[in-house]
Amino acid sequence: MKVDRRSFLSFVIGGAAGTALSPLPWKLTDDSSIWSQMWPWTPVPPDGEVVYEDSTCSLCPGGCGISVRKVDNRAVKIEGKKGHPVNDGGICILGLSGLQLLYGPTRIKSPMKRIGERGEGKWQNISWDEATAILTEKLTDIRDKGEAHTVAAIAGSDSGTVPALLQRFMTAYGSPNFIRTPSHRDTDELAVKTLFGAIGRTGFDVENADFILSFGSGIVDGWGSPVRMFRASSLWKEKNTTVVQVEPRLSNSAAKATQWVPVNPGTEADLALGIAAVMVSQNMVDTGAVSGFSGWKNELLANYPTEKVSPITGVNADVIVELAKGFAKANRPLALCGRGKGLVPGSLREAAAIYALNALAGNINQDGGMWAVSEADYIQWPDVATDKLASSGLRQPRFDGAGAGQYAKARYLLNRLAVGVNGDGPYPLQVLLVAGANPCHDLPDTQSLQAAFAQIPFIVSFSSFKDETAAMADLLLPDHVYLERYEDVPVGAGLAHQVIGLSKPVVSPQFNTRHLGETLITAAKAMGGSIADAFPWDDYETCLEKTLAEKWDVLMEEGVWVETDIEPVADTVRLAGKDVPSVQAEGDVNSFPLLLIPYDSIRLSSGYIGDAPFMIKTVADTILKGKDGFVEINPQTASAAGFSEGALATLTTPRGEARVRIHLFEGIKPGVIAMARGLGHTAYDGYLAGKGVNVNELIGPVEDPSSGHDAAWGIRAKLAKA
Amino acid sequence: MKHEQKHNPPMKYGMAIDLDKCTGCGACMVACMAENNVSFKKDESNKLDSITWLRVYKLTNDKPYPNTDICYLPRPCQHCEGHGGHSPCVSVCPATATDYSRETGIVSQIYTRCFGCRYCMAACPYHARYFNWWDPVWPDGMEKYLSPNVSPRMRGVVEKCSFCFHRYQLAKNKAYLDGERTVPEAAYQTACTQACPAGAIVFGDLNNPNHQVHQVVKPDPKHGGKSKNPRAFRLLERLGTNPKIYYLSSREWVRRAGDNYLAHEKTGQVSKPHH
Repeated sequence: MKVDRRSFLSFVIGGAAGTALSPLPWKLTDDSSIWSQMWPWTPVPPDGEVVYEDSTCSLCPGGCGISVRKVDNRAVKIEGKKGHPVNDGGICILGLSGLQLLYGPTRIKSPMKRIGERGEGKWQNISWDEATAILTEKLTDIRDKGEAHTVAAIAGSDSGTVPALLQRFMTAYGSPNFIRTPSHRDTDELAVKTLFGAIGRTGFDVENADFILSFGSGIVDGWGSPVRMFRASSLWKEKNTTVVQVEPRLSNSAAKATQWVPVNPGTEADLALGIAAVMVSQNMVDTGAVSGFSGWKNELLANYPTEKVSPITGVNADVIVELAKGFAKANRPLALCGRGKGLVPGSLREAAAIYALNALAGNINQDGGMWAVSEADYIQWPDVATDKLASSGLRQPRFDGAGAGQYAKARYLLNRLAVGVNGDGPYPLQVLLVAGANPCHDLPDTQSLQAAFAQIPFIVSFSSFKDETAAMADLLLPDHVYLERYEDVPVGAGLAHQVIGLSKPVVSPQFNTRHLGETLITAAKAMGGSIADAFPWDDYETCLEKTLAEKWDVLMEEGVWVETDIEPVADTVRLAGKDVPSVQAEGDVNSFPLLLIPYDSIRLSSGYIGDAPFMIKTVADTILKGKDGFVEINPQTASAAGFSEGALATLTTPRGEARVRIHLFEGIKPGVIAMARGLGHTAYDGYLAGKGVNVNELIGPVEDPSSGHDAAWGIRAKLAKA
Repeated sequence: MKHEQKHNPPMKYGMAIDLDKCTGCGACMVACMAENNVSFKKDESNKLDSITWLRVYKLTNDKPYPNTDICYLPRPCQHCEGHGGHSPCVSVCPATATDYSRETGIVSQIYTRCFGCRYCMAACPYHARYFNWWDPVWPDGMEKYLSPNVSPRMRGVVEKCSFCFHRYQLAKNKAYLDGERTVPEAAYQTACTQACPAGAIVFGDLNNPNHQVHQVVKPDPKHGGKSKNPRAFRLLERLGTNPKIYYLSSREWVRRAGDNYLAHEKTGQVSKPHH
C-alpha cells in the first residue's frame, strides 16, 4: 500500500484528534500523578484509640485549661478546655502550638556538659547522676569556702511550688540571690505596697466594668491572662462597653477599642494625672476609699492643669476633659496599667497615677473595679533551719542591690545583673542557675548581659529548649516540658480572684529530662546536712501532694481550684503627695530624632518560650520578610527621610545598630517608630533563628528613680539609608 | 430528586465571622494548621507559597493618622455554592478532585485525585487554594503530633479548607450510633470555631433555623442566599459565587472592603446585570 501525503496527514491528524478525544491523556496524567504521589516519605499518621486528657497550660502566666487529644500515646492536638473558669474553651495561638514545642528538635534531650568553648555548641551527653554530681560538687566547694552568696538563681516566676523549691534551695544553701525575671508584676506589687500599704497584687474585674481606660495595656495583644481578655473584649462588644486605648500606636487593642487616643510615648502618667485633675476640679471624684487626698489634690491641681498636660501628652485639651467626664460618670469605670503584655516593669509613677484614677472613681474592691488581693498562700513549709555557712551567706547584700539603699523598694533587679558582673557588683558571681527564663534574649541591652554571662565562671541552665541562655551555659539539666510533668500553676495575671491550675503529665517524658523540682530535691539530698533537711520529701510528686493538702483531690478531679470569695488585702488607697520625675527615653534628640518603641503581638511569643513554627508562619510579611525585620513608621516621617515601603535602612540607637526594612503604617504617631518584640533569635533552629531583629539589642534599661526597676518604654533612634 | 430531598433535607454548612469581635490573634490559623496536618517550611514569609487554609488578612481604611483604622478578616475557603453547586473551582477541575456536596454544601478536595493543574487556583476569586510545590517535611520528631484524621498532602497537589470535614464524618458516625437522624449543632464544629478565643466565629447549618448561624445570618434564599442582617456581607458577593462565609461588621468601610465598588455605588448595592 502506498502512503501518499494526503492519507499520511489524515492518519496523523485523525490519530491525534482521536487520542485527544479519548480518556487516554487524562488517564495517563492521572496515573502519572498518582504514581508520583506514592513516595514513601509522605508520612501516614498511625491510627489508634482517641482519648482526651485535661491539663493546665503554663506557657504564659495566663493559666488556661487545656484538653489534649491523644491517639494512643501520641498527643495530636491541644484544645481549650470547655467550662474552665479562665478560658472556657478558648485558646491562644501559643497554647495551640504546644505540641511543636513538645516534639520539636529544639528540645534538650539529655543532661549535657559543655566540651567546647562557651557558646560554641559542643556538648557531651552525660547521665543524671554525673550531672547532679557536677552541680553539687561545684556548689559544695564554693559553700565550704564561705562563698555561698556568690551563687545566684534566675527564675521566670516566684509563685508555685517549683520556684518555691528553687528559692528554698538558695536559702538552705546560703545565697540571698534568687532573682525573678522582670515584668509589670514588679511595679504592680510595688504600687500595691505603696498605695495600699499591703503585700499583694491587683486584680481587675474587667467583665463587669462598663468603661475601660487602658493606658497601653495590650488587652488583645497578650496582657494579663490573654484568653480571658479576648473573651472580655467580645463581652464588651456585646454590652456596648466603652473602651479607650491610650497608646502611640494603633495596636490591635487600639483597633478594637471604641476610641484610640494617640499619646506621646512615655507620657501616659501625665495623661492619667491630667484626667484626675479634671475629675478633681469638677468634683467628679469619690474619696471614700482614699486617704491623704487634700494634700495630693493641691499638688495635682497645681501641676496637672489640662492646658499643661495637653502639650506634654499630645492629646487635645477637650479630649482630656471628655475622657475625665466619661470615666468619672460611668457606673463601673476601670483603668488598666502595664504596657503591651506587661513585659517591662515600668515606672511606679505611672502605675500609681493609673491606680489613683481607679481609687478616685470609687472602684476599689468593687464589682467591675480594681481589687487588691493576695496570692494564694497554700505553700506552708516550715522555715529552713540554716546552718552557719548558710546564715553567713544570707547576711551578705544581694548581688543586684535590690532591697537596700536606693533600691530599697525593689525585690528583684535582674536589669542590674550586667552592671554588677561588669564591675559594679558587691562581689564576683561564681555560679548562675537559670530556670524558666531566657535573659540572653529577653532582657534589654542583651549585648551587655551576654558579655556579663561570658564572665560568670559557671552557668547551669534548666531550660527544656536550646535557647540563647542555654547556649551560654556549662551544664544543661533539662526540665520536662509542661505536658510531661505535674506542677501547680497559680494564676495571677490580673484575675480578681485566686485560681490554681494543675499541670498533669499528658504524655510520658519524651527524652532523658528530669522535673526541675526533682532535680532540686535530688541535689539537696546529695549535698546533705541542713540542705537535705530542708527537703524532707521523697520526690517532687510527694512534695506537691503534701503542699496542696486538701486541694490536691480537687485539683486531680477538676484540674482547677477557684477561690472567688477572697478578702482584699486593703481597702484604702493612700495618695502619695510627692511627685517623682518621669522616666525619659535614653539618647539625645539632636543625634537621634526618632523614638523607637517595642510593641507586643500575640502572634509572637516574647517571653521564655520561643515561637513555634506555626506561630512564625502567621507573622505578616510586613513584620518579617525572609531574614529581615521591619520597623513601622508613619508615611509622613518616612517621606521626609526619603524612605519608601520595604526599603532597607540602618536603625541606630544609643545601644546598638540593626539592618531593618521600612513598613509604612498610618497608625503610628509621626516621629515614632515601632518594632515587634520576640524576633531576632540566635539559638533554637532554622525555623526561628536568624529571623528579624531582637529589639532588646537596641534598647537599654532605664532605672525608675523610685525603685530601680527597668522602666524603659522606648529609646531615641535614627534611621539612615542602607 | 424531590422525593429524595423530602427524606434527607440538604444541609448547607456555613459560617458567620464577627469582625467586630475578631482581634487578629491568629489562633484560628494555628488551630487549623494543627487540626489538618498543614505543613510548614523554614521560611514562610513569602505568602504566595505559604499554605494557610485559613488566612487572616489585615484591612485598613487608608485614612491618614490619626483617623486610621484597621480590621482583621479571617478567610477560610468560602465553600461557594454558585448557582446549583457550580462553584468556580469545581467547574474547572478536570479530575473531579474537587466537588460540591449537595448533602452538606461543603466543597471537597481529594488529594489523590488532584494532578496539580491548578486550574482551580486560577478560578478561585478568594485565593483560598494552595499548591504543594514541595513535599512536606516535618522537623525531626514532629511527625509524632500528626493526626490520623487528615492525610498529609504530597508535592504536586492543591489543598484547601475542608470545613474540617473529618469532624463531620466523626459526628455523623456518632449521631448514627446514638440513633439520631441528624448531626447535632454542637457535635460538628470546625477547629477554628472551637479555638477562637474571642468567640467571633459561628458555624452550623444555614438551612437549619435552629442553628445559631442561621439566626445570625438570616439568609435570603430568594436573593442567592444574601443576608438579611444589615451588618452582614460576603466577599465579592456580586460575582455570584454565592459563598457560605458571612462576615459581620458595624463599620461601613469594612463592609465596603468586601467588594470592588465603583465610586458612585453604595455599599451592598447589587450591580444591574449587563444586557
